[in-house]
Amino acid sequence: MNDRNFREILMELIPLAAFLLALTIGTMLIAMLGINPLIAYRSLIQGAFGSLNALADTVVKATPLLFVGLGICIAFRAGVLNIGGEGQLVLGALSATIFCLNFPDLPGWILIILSLSIGLLCGAFWAGIAGFLKAYFNVNEILSTIMLNYIAAYGMNYLLRGPIMDPLQIQLGSFIPQTARLSRMADLPRLIPTRLHFGTVIAIVFAILVYILLWRTTIGFRIRMVGQNIQASQASGVDVKKYMVLAFILSGALIGLGGAIEVIGVHHRIFTDGSVSGFTGSAGFNGIVAALFGQLHPIGTIPASFLLGALLTGANKMQRVVQIPSALIGALNGLIVLFVVGSEFIRRHQSKIMEKTAEVKDSCQIKQNKEKH
Amino acid sequence: MEVTIIIGIIKSAIRLATPYLYASIGETLGQLSGVLNLGVDGVMLMGAFVAFYTVTQTGSLFLGLLAAILVGAVFGLLIAFINVTLKAEQGISGIGVYIFGLGLSSLLFRVLIGTVQTINGFSPLHIPLISKIPIFGEIFFQQNILVYGAFLLVPFTWFIINKTPLGLSIRAVGQHPEAADSLGVNIVRIRYLTVIVGGMLSGIAGASLSIALLNVFQQNLTNGMGFIAVALVYFGAWRPISVLAGALLFSTVNAIQIWIQVQGVNIPSDFTLMLPYIVTIIVLTAMAKRRVRPPKALNKPFERGE
Repeated sequence: MNDRNFREILMELIPLAAFLLALTIGTMLIAMLGINPLIAYRSLIQGAFGSLNALADTVVKATPLLFVGLGICIAFRAGVLNIGGEGQLVLGALSATIFCLNFPDLPGWILIILSLSIGLLCGAFWAGIAGFLKAYFNVNEILSTIMLNYIAAYGMNYLLRGPIMDPLQIQLGSFIPQTARLSRMADLPRLIPTRLHFGTVIAIVFAILVYILLWRTTIGFRIRMVGQNIQASQASGVDVKKYMVLAFILSGALIGLGGAIEVIGVHHRIFTDGSVSGFTGSAGFNGIVAALFGQLHPIGTIPASFLLGALLTGANKMQRVVQIPSALIGALNGLIVLFVVGSEFIRRHQSKIMEKTAEVKDSCQIKQNKEKH
Repeated sequence: MEVTIIIGIIKSAIRLATPYLYASIGETLGQLSGVLNLGVDGVMLMGAFVAFYTVTQTGSLFLGLLAAILVGAVFGLLIAFINVTLKAEQGISGIGVYIFGLGLSSLLFRVLIGTVQTINGFSPLHIPLISKIPIFGEIFFQQNILVYGAFLLVPFTWFIINKTPLGLSIRAVGQHPEAADSLGVNIVRIRYLTVIVGGMLSGIAGASLSIALLNVFQQNLTNGMGFIAVALVYFGAWRPISVLAGALLFSTVNAIQIWIQVQGVNIPSDFTLMLPYIVTIIVLTAMAKRRVRPPKALNKPFERGE
């Protein structure tokens, strides 16, 4: 193996190093709480992989992260940041739910396909607002998507407390803010007798489709071009604004689809605890972590989502067994983001060295060629 | 009757402007020097928690405030290290700081406090004589000390930015880092300074919520207030006085929203809660077409040409 390949492999391992560093700090935090980290991690691993059900729960937890992560990948490749995963998940879930509540008698497969498509469209619409404002009004997309998250969450809470509340809740007088259970016709098929559902397969298919879109089509090429150099794209006649909006719409479409799948694949209804992440469980943010951890590559996001899904599922068990609040994972996720984005420095530094050695080699080559002549 | 309602709303708008002011004045300093810190909300949450916890343990409000400033400084140092020294992509690193602050403050709250409880925060400090002036005195001079601090911070920051050599250096580093560098201004030191001071102010902003305005801590107490504070910097076009106007706009929206809820007006509370976020988007869109340009080096790490 030559020196250059070795360096490249080392670069690929950076996110893993960032993950381990975050885990080390997590271990210190656990120890500071007066709990044996080994016992804590054992319960975490058992919770995530200990049985077929645990493993299935991990995959179920990872699925929305993958959808969000894929959306983030597309947006990021176009040079825009979509932090609106929370809101787009809500829009997708909400629209699919409302559709299923209104057309419970459609044949199952039609109901499933239509509710997923509507979730996809509504997610695309919600992200499209931020894309439009970014492209044509130069509104900072990070701020606008975060504001859209809150608007979506409060809008959902309003609907769940009134117009679409489960009639049974009103009858019983308990007024729990959730919808009725959706028609069983709309349930996504299960894969094995666990909570694992067909949505995971859809997610993986879409990961491959996103890869093909970004690296094997003209649209994808232009999206990446806009992300790398706006001036060069404009100079070569690419409509930069159009592709920014398009990237946002595609991004939101994937996330909205993920939200719809959460409803018809897992919960079969929509509910809230009144907080802004009541339904999503912060998947809109955790998906960003998955995308960064997967090197902003759609295929890399698959194992990254799985790992984060395992952390989240295991953390629930850890909370029950050793009373470490699962909020720990939130803190670790923040650290992973910081370490991954901070370690880009090493990558840039290395690529500079490589460029220099390449230049030196080139100039040597030229000299040799001259000498030959 | 109507007059007392209006006085009440203005008075609470002045009070509610406090966290926005501290956070967005701090962010203005950072952005003027070229660093976009989107993690304000996370730092505010940490400041709010640490201040609240210190007060429950020691009973001292000033120790609580001091703890919030310290935690803000530590977070500022972290943000500066990642953005200035490691030259990270500032948008993502800010989200990282936010997720970290949100997670850590929730974790510490669950472990160290557990249930929602209230404390006695800073009480109103009546300024002798002028607080007796009818209406005017009641609105402006019967507030708590953090409110006075926030409003004094605006002219003070304006003075620093526009009338001192330090302010000149900060603006130079944000507008023309190459020129500033060639004149011997230490870019790294200036950016560290502004980001750390910004972190401290975000810490105070959080503390103003947990030990002066609401006197309570719960998970995600700020509900995105830190992001609105960043939006206010755009709104104020990097000028402290205009940032003040923006902060007052938002705090008035908040004050009216609270008044509507207290009155029991028949509007679902979710709609009134949504209001600040809708106003933020409208404001950002309306401001976008103005001629004012952000600092040229904003969001761009400095690379010395070789």
